[in-house]
Amino acid sequence: MLNLLTEPLTYGFMQNALAISTLVGILCPVVGSYLIVQRMALLGDVIAHCVLPGMSLSFFFGIDILIGAFGSGILGSFLIGWIRSQSRVKVDAAMALTFSTFFALGITLITVLKNKIDLDSFLFGDVLGVTSTDIYRTLIISLVILIVVRLFYKELLFYTFDRTGAQAIGLPINAIHFGFMAAITLTVIASMKAVGVILVISLLVGPALTAYLLVKELHQMMLLGSMIGVIVSFAGVYLSYYQNVPSGPAIVLVSSTLFLFTFLFSPTQGILTRPEPASRSARLLRKLRFIRRAE
Amino acid sequence: MLEVRNLAVNYRGVCGLDHVSFKIEPGQLVGILGPNGAGKSTMLKAMLGLVPVSSGLVNYCTGPLHQQLERVAYVPQRSQIDWDYPITVWNVVMMARTRQLGWFRRPGRAAQEIVKTALDRVEMTHLKQRRIGELSGGQQQRVFLARALAQQADIFLFDEPFAGVDKKTEAIILEVFEELRSQGKILLVSNHDWGQSLTRLDRLLLLNQRLIADGSPQEVMTPENLQSAYGGSLQTPLYQDVDTNLFC
Ligand SMILES: Nc1ncnc2c1ncn2[C@@H]1O[C@H](COP(=O)(O)OP(=O)(O)OP(=O)(O)O)[C@@H](O)[C@H]1O
Ligand SMILES: [Mg+2]
Repeated sequence: MLNLLTEPLTYGFMQNALAISTLVGILCPVVGSYLIVQRMALLGDVIAHCVLPGMSLSFFFGIDILIGAFGSGILGSFLIGWIRSQSRVKVDAAMALTFSTFFALGITLITVLKNKIDLDSFLFGDVLGVTSTDIYRTLIISLVILIVVRLFYKELLFYTFDRTGAQAIGLPINAIHFGFMAAITLTVIASMKAVGVILVISLLVGPALTAYLLVKELHQMMLLGSMIGVIVSFAGVYLSYYQNVPSGPAIVLVSSTLFLFTFLFSPTQGILTRPEPASRSARLLRKLRFIRRAE
Repeated sequence: MLEVRNLAVNYRGVCGLDHVSFKIEPGQLVGILGPNGAGKSTMLKAMLGLVPVSSGLVNYCTGPLHQQLERVAYVPQRSQIDWDYPITVWNVVMMARTRQLGWFRRPGRAAQEIVKTALDRVEMTHLKQRRIGELSGGQQQRVFLARALAQQADIFLFDEPFAGVDKKTEAIILEVFEELRSQGKILLVSNHDWGQSLTRLDRLLLLNQRLIADGSPQEVMTPENLQSAYGGSLQTPLYQDVDTNLFC
């Protein structure tokens, strides 16, 4: 058994894979918690699709993909906000249109510019093909975001809980909003190799949502979410190694299974295990009827 | 002294607030009355610069109010909060110290003392570890009152604090208002139906886009004023209530 876990570690590519999964497993649930509590979960998916044109261009011009992908992700999120503020168009429709357009643009650019991007690994992740550049990039992004979250935790808590109140005490809400867009985009870039852009939403939302069912405070949601994140990414990587399935889907399936399990069996929220209000009121009703009959 | 001069708000052509002016001295409890859509929320937000204003200025002591936001405690209308947010009562009240602590600093002993006192005052200490969503509407309102208290501000703006609260909570809120008044604070409280509490106010602003009347509750609650604020029907329960029970 132990051998099953340690044997793969002798390969460099497995060490890289596990290193990046650890980082991504910690980072994604922290950022994802903010997405969930602000009801912006889908924005993670939207921005993930929006990075494609920037990727393609940075490949073409030979600059670091971080720059291109970041630029196009941020551009996408601004476009959505702009469309919404300038017309009656609702945010969901604006998101749908923007991300599909960016995605289409990206695919077209890749073909036209004859990029040598491995589209499959970009879309679905290729954790067994991680290079040390990838690890450094992910490490730096993770450190920056985690430090910023730590430093501004109380301001971010206020902003995400009560935006009007935060504005009323003079917090710079536009800067904070921009910071979130930047953080989401960076997190997508950091996670690309591990899960791919199509599925990164799952790692952003899955572990944090599982934690949400179990705790009652945001920082607990982040901590527990990160632990779950690391566990599911490890499990996904091993699954990918032994069963030869793509890493992204493997990680996602483990994460969603864990969520389903918690959803069913969480002590307070699990639909099979929570204290049942319906039956309690039914019992009360029966008691009342009994009393009335006795009178 | 708090001075609002010619404050006006336009929501893309729709008039939200029409050139309102008034002054409030320290130690005054001032009510705002007006029908739905009268611009009560808009006025409070405009005073803090939370909505773009088309004209007017708001001064406090030496300068514009929006440059002294640390001296203001604002409690928004209930509906704007997501009650499923994972946060406890204690930490909601602790938010009050965000601005006072400043960037990068974490709450210490002093902040905890302040939060505890505020929670004690609204009789919510026993629920401090509850998740905010697990409270009743009135209890949530008390938590937000505690948050305002913990800000230790000079100016308090409350938007419909009595919406959906029971007699006990209402009594607590009114007591706290009167304590703050006796400490020389400025209180501005909106409500769409003051009922019996009208007598507790020093002053009442009757609002319907423009400021229809400003004075003591007796002066303001005249049939003519109410007619121009609420339109045709004088048979509103509000009007009858005031007319028969309070001032006649
Ligand atoms: N965000 C907004 N965009 C456009 N118009 C708005 C907006 N908010 C308020 N209004 C308009 O401004 C006017 C004043 O609204 P406001 O919310 O200030 O009223 P209120 O007195 O607080 O009402 P209520 O008693 O229902 O809370 C209304 O006519 C409303 O339709
Ligand atoms: Mg209102």
